[in-house]
Amino acid sequence: MNSTLLRLVATLVSGVVFGFGLSLSGMLDPARVRAFLDITGNWNPSLAFVLGGAVFVSALGVLVTRRLKRPLFDEAFHLPANQVIDRRLIAGSAIFGVGWGLVGLCPGPALASLSLGLPATIVFVVAMVAGMLVHDRLVDRKVPRQTSAGAGVETRLSQPR
Amino acid sequence: MNEYGNALAGGLLIGLSAAILMVANGRVAGISGIAGRLLQGVQASSGALFVLGLVAGPVLYRLIFAAWPSVTVTASWPLLVAGGLLVGFGSRMGSGCTSGHGVVGLARLSRRSIAAVATFMASAIVTVFVAGFFA
Repeated sequence: MNSTLLRLVATLVSGVVFGFGLSLSGMLDPARVRAFLDITGNWNPSLAFVLGGAVFVSALGVLVTRRLKRPLFDEAFHLPANQVIDRRLIAGSAIFGVGWGLVGLCPGPALASLSLGLPATIVFVVAMVAGMLVHDRLVDRKVPRQTSAGAGVETRLSQPR
Repeated sequence: MNEYGNALAGGLLIGLSAAILMVANGRVAGISGIAGRLLQGVQASSGALFVLGLVAGPVLYRLIFAAWPSVTVTASWPLLVAGGLLVGFGSRMGSGCTSGHGVVGLARLSRRSIAAVATFMASAIVTVFVAGFFA
C-alpha cells in the first residue's frame, strides 16, 4: 500500500478507536459529564479517569514520536509549535467551557453520539457547526491555510510568533 | 466492569487513538480542529474519514455489548442551541477542545494547552454551579 492509503487507514482506525473509547468511558453521556463538573454538588469524579488514562497513553505516543525523524506514513510531523498564551486562546477556551457546562457535550462526544440518532444531539451538532462557521467565516477568516505539501496547517498554531 | 474501570479503559483507548494519529500521521487528534478544517474543505478526505470512524465507534460498542452507550440529555432545545453555538465558536477561537488541548496538548506539555484546559475546566465548573440555581 502506498503511504497516502496507509494514512487514510490510520485516520479511520484512529477515529473508530476514539469513538469506541468515548462510548466505553461514559464521556458520551452529557448527564455524566455534568455530574463530573458539578464539584460542589453531587460530584461524580469517575470521568477524571478518562482524561488521566487518555493523557497517559497519548504521552507514550509523544515519547515514540520524539524518537522518530518523521511519522510512519508522512514526510513530516504537523504538530503545533506555538507557545504564546494569548487572549484568543483564553477567551475561546472560556466560551467553549460555558457551552460544555450548559449541555455536557463537547465536539467528540457530540459527533460520535450522532450514530444514536437522538434529536437533542443532532440539534446540538447543527448549532456547533454553525458556531464553528460563524467563527471561521465571519470572525476570523485566516485560520486554516493549505500548504504546498497539501497539508492543511493552522497558521496560528504552526508558526510561533 | 464498574464505571471507574470503564472510564479508565475508555480513556486508555482514547489515548491510543491519539497516539496512532500522532505516530502514524504526525497529526493531533483534535476534534474541533478536524471538524473545522473539514467544514472549510481542508484535508477533507482524512477529516471525513476520522469523523466517520468517530460515528462508527458507538456502533461497534453496540455490536459488542448489545446496547447503545448511555446518552442522557437534560438540556432544553434553546439551551442545546446556545450550548452548541458556544462550543463550536469557542473551540475554534481557542484552537482546540477537550481532545486537542486535553488529550494531546497536555501529553505534549504544551503551555497553551495547559492554559486552555485550566480555563475551560474552570468556566465549565462555574457554569454548572451557576446553572444549578436555575434548575
